[in-house]
Parts: sequence; structure tokens; C-alpha cells
Amino acid sequence: MGPGSDMYRQQILDHYKNPRNYGEIEDATFSHVGENPMCGDEIRIDVKLEDDEETIAGAAFRGDGCAISQAAASMFSQELRGKTLDELAEMDRDDVIDMLGVDISPMRVKCAVLAEKVAQDGADIYRGELDLEKTTTEEDSEDE
Amino acid sequence: MSTQDIEPLDIERIREDFPILERTVGDDVPLVYLDNGATSQTPEQVVDAIVDYYHGYNANVHRGVHQLSQEASIAYEEAHDRVAEFIGADGREEIVFTKNTTEAMNLVAYAWGLAELGPGDEVVLTEMEHHASLVTWQQVAKRTGATVEYIPIDGDGQLDMDAAGDLVTDDTKMVSAVHVSNTLGTVNPVSELADLAHEHDAYAFIDGAQAVPTRPVDVGDIDADFYAFSGHKMAGPTGIGVLYGKEHILEAMQPYLYGGDMIRKVTFEDSTWNDLPWKFEAGTPLIAQAVGLDAAIDYLEDIGMERVQRHEERLSRYAYERLSEFDDVEIYGPSPDQGRGGLVAFNVGSVHAHDLASIVNDYGVAIRAGDHCTQPLHDTLGVAASARASFYVYNTEAEIDVLVDAIDDARELFA
Repeated sequence: MGPGSDMYRQQILDHYKNPRNYGEIEDATFSHVGENPMCGDEIRIDVKLEDDEETIAGAAFRGDGCAISQAAASMFSQELRGKTLDELAEMDRDDVIDMLGVDISPMRVKCAVLAEKVAQDGADIYRGELDLEKTTTEEDSEDE
Repeated sequence: MSTQDIEPLDIERIREDFPILERTVGDDVPLVYLDNGATSQTPEQVVDAIVDYYHGYNANVHRGVHQLSQEASIAYEEAHDRVAEFIGADGREEIVFTKNTTEAMNLVAYAWGLAELGPGDEVVLTEMEHHASLVTWQQVAKRTGATVEYIPIDGDGQLDMDAAGDLVTDDTKMVSAVHVSNTLGTVNPVSELADLAHEHDAYAFIDGAQAVPTRPVDVGDIDADFYAFSGHKMAGPTGIGVLYGKEHILEAMQPYLYGGDMIRKVTFEDSTWNDLPWKFEAGTPLIAQAVGLDAAIDYLEDIGMERVQRHEERLSRYAYERLSEFDDVEIYGPSPDQGRGGLVAFNVGSVHAHDLASIVNDYGVAIRAGDHCTQPLHDTLGVAASARASFYVYNTEAEIDVLVDAIDDARELFA
């Protein structure tokens, strides 16, 4: 093995090769899609809420793209379980980077946060706070 | 002199002109810069010329009678002459400085396209157009009611010239084609395309962004009506591009931008326009960049464009052959025997191009990953993205070996 490759530690490669919660939830409470145009990553997330309409019972994702985006989606789908929508709304990119446990190079942060953004936008749309067909990571590239 | 006799480049000596090549990246690994299709590095001679300008004769052009302004004006104007000579144009009247190739394309699309195109008119592009040309003509067509047609590519990434013959008709007003594809490396028969356009009284616009830096180009031989390229891909500074246009066509066009320097006489009621090329260069222009581009042309001509082309072809053949050793590598575009510019776009198995670029970056290797501003072409190829290594005068076979070894590591990680 050569130098570095810090971004591609075993955990990330494992989630990329064997994604958890890959697929769909048939009776999902809400679903949302997003893309990261830079890498051509696409992700769809299905979220099922508990009867309290606040706690996440489970999440699933489907997607296509680079290892960082897909591994992050896989890990994030596990993180979501048991969280409330308010807790989801409070998450930011540092939470995702902590979850991944590696340094993500600045150009690849958008890949890492795609799943989080899709889930957050999906929740906002569900709660009627946002009107959006598709999430894209491009907008926040401007203010980075 | 046959091309066989051309002396190879003295790369060690050339590398000394580019201090950046000595730097390291990441964990102190030497930089292997293979992203020249995006932008080339800048030799000391060009940086020095820009420093000389700022230290010695920085002034605005065409406005002062003082000595500095005169010196700056002469240098700025002579840069036009230098570019004209370099690409075989008739004179400075045919050379408009823009900020890049994209702006040159937009200048023609706005100043000519919006005025001349209408419903029933056709603009013919190729499937391998860069977004600079594709998006620009697509949007101008939408605004004018014209339609856009695309010359398809075959399995080798070559233009289907039979289809081109059918697509270009008397309704065609513009044929806009890339000279060397920034993704496929294809060298298009631009002279044939220009002839085809002219048979139908259409204009030919050739996008030379990847061609002028890497091979001798003569716009007269091609008989292009418009030709565009950028300074920063040919050892020059960022912020300057060139639009070549035949004088009589530029003469008939209305200005694209209005303001100072592009006018002759202004009253409260009306204005008249300056001579070519100044009519298209409104406001304070890119003076330092023009001085830098002039020096970059000196630098390249000193090496010799035939030799640059041979070097590019040699490296692209070497990269093509080395990458072809692996069954899981898919290379896009023609084989080296069919002729190819100095770049190779490819994918490795199921490794996403961005993952590949991130991993080879750990080896110090800078390559491009993504759609290279040719999204529709990538759709045609059936991939979302590709990795691209592109070469310039300072690159070596040994650097391509570093890339290939780094790809091996990526392959192992993703196995």
C-alpha cells in the first residue's frame, strides 16, 4: 500500500463495498433526492417515522457515486435511527466528518455531506418548511 | 524536414523554468502535475515579463500622452501582432483579447448570433463540444428560435463526417467545433468542417483551447471564420483569451460590450465605434496578461510548436499504452495511431473518477476528475465522470509511471 490514502480507511471502504440500509422503505414517511454535481453523486433517502411523527424509526438509501458519498450515506442511515427530526436539523458538516472518522479534503466535503443535506431537506419539506424538488450541494459551494 | 527529424525536448532544462514543479504536496511527495488540459504551469520567463511590466511601465493604455502610457500601449498593441503572427492571422485587426475562450465564444454568440440567427436557422455543433461552446450556442438558439444539431461521434471518438455532410445544410448559419477534444483527445478535421460550412454560406467557429497550446495552428490554412483559445493553457497567465475573427466579419459585427476605449465619437445622443480590434475591447483591458501571453508565445516558439506537438503525442501514446496494459481500464477516444492530443481520459473498473483522483493525489499526482465540462459527451459515453491526465512540455514518461503505480494502489483499495 502506498502513501497516505487517509480518506479511504477501512471503515469507509467497507461501507462503500457493503452499504448498510441500501434499498427503499415501502411505507416511508418521506423520501427525498439530491445530487452532488461535482462528482455526479446521486442519493435518495427514505425515512420512516415512529407514531410520534418526530422520531426516526429507520432510514434507507439508494444511490450512485463516489466512495465518500456512498459510504457517508450508508453510515448516516445508521446514525439516523432513533434521532428526532429536531436533532437531525441541528446536525452539521462536522458531525458527518466525525462520523466518517477521517480527514476529508476540502474538495470532497460536498460528497461527504450529501446524505445529511438530503435527509435534512427531506425533513424540512415534510414539515412544510421548504419547497424543493431536488437537493444539490452546489449552492453552499459558493460560501465555503 | 520530416517530423521524424524533429529533435526531442530537453525536458530537464525546460523543467528548470518552472519552479512550481519542484514543490511537494501532501506528505512531502514530489508534485506530478498532469492537469495541463485545465491549466498549464507558468515559466519564469512569463512571470518575469509580467513583473517587468508592473515594475517598469504599468499604466493604462490608449489614454495618456505620458511615457509610461505610451510604453504600455505599445506593448499591449504589439501583443496583438505577436498573437496574429503566431496563429497565421493577417494582423492585429483580427485579434480580440477576451478573458478566456468561453468569453470569446460568448462574444460571437452575442454580437453575431443574437443579431443574425432566427427561426429556421441552424447551428451545427459536435457531440464532443465543451460547455463553453455547447451551452452558449444552445442558449442563443433558444433566444433566437434557431435550432442546434450535433455531429455524432463513432466508437473511436471520431466525428462521423458523413453525418456532418447531411447535417450542414443551407439553413446552417454556424458550424462550431472543437479542434482538439478536451476529453477524447480527438483531433478533428477542422479544415474539412470549415469547407463544409462555407459550401453552405455558413461560418465556422473553431474552439482551439486544447489545440493552440499543443500544436502549430494556422487559422488561414484552416480557413476558420472564428477561432478561440486561452492564454493559461499555453504557459501564459490566467485572465486572457483570444478571439480570432476574419476582419470583414468582425467589421460587420456590432460591439459586444460598450464603454471606454471601444468608441470613436460620443455625444449625448449617439456613439460611433473605434477600429478593430479595439471596438471589441471595452474598458481597461488585460494589459499585464497580454504582456504575459506575448512572453508565453516567445517561450513556446523558442521550443518550437512542432516539437511541442511531437512531445505531446509521445506522452499521450505512452500513457495510452501503459493504461492499456490493464483490462479494467477503459480509455475514451481514438488510439494514438489515429492521432490524439496530449491527454488521456479513462476510468478504472468500478472506482469512481473522483476517488481515483483523491488517491493518486496522495502520490503527488494531479489529474482532473469529473465531466471536464462535457456532460452530454459523458452521457454519450455512458459514464458520469472520467479521470483525465493531460500533458505539457515539462512532463515525462517517468511521471506517467508514477500515475500508473498510483492507480494500482487505488485498484487494490477498491478490490
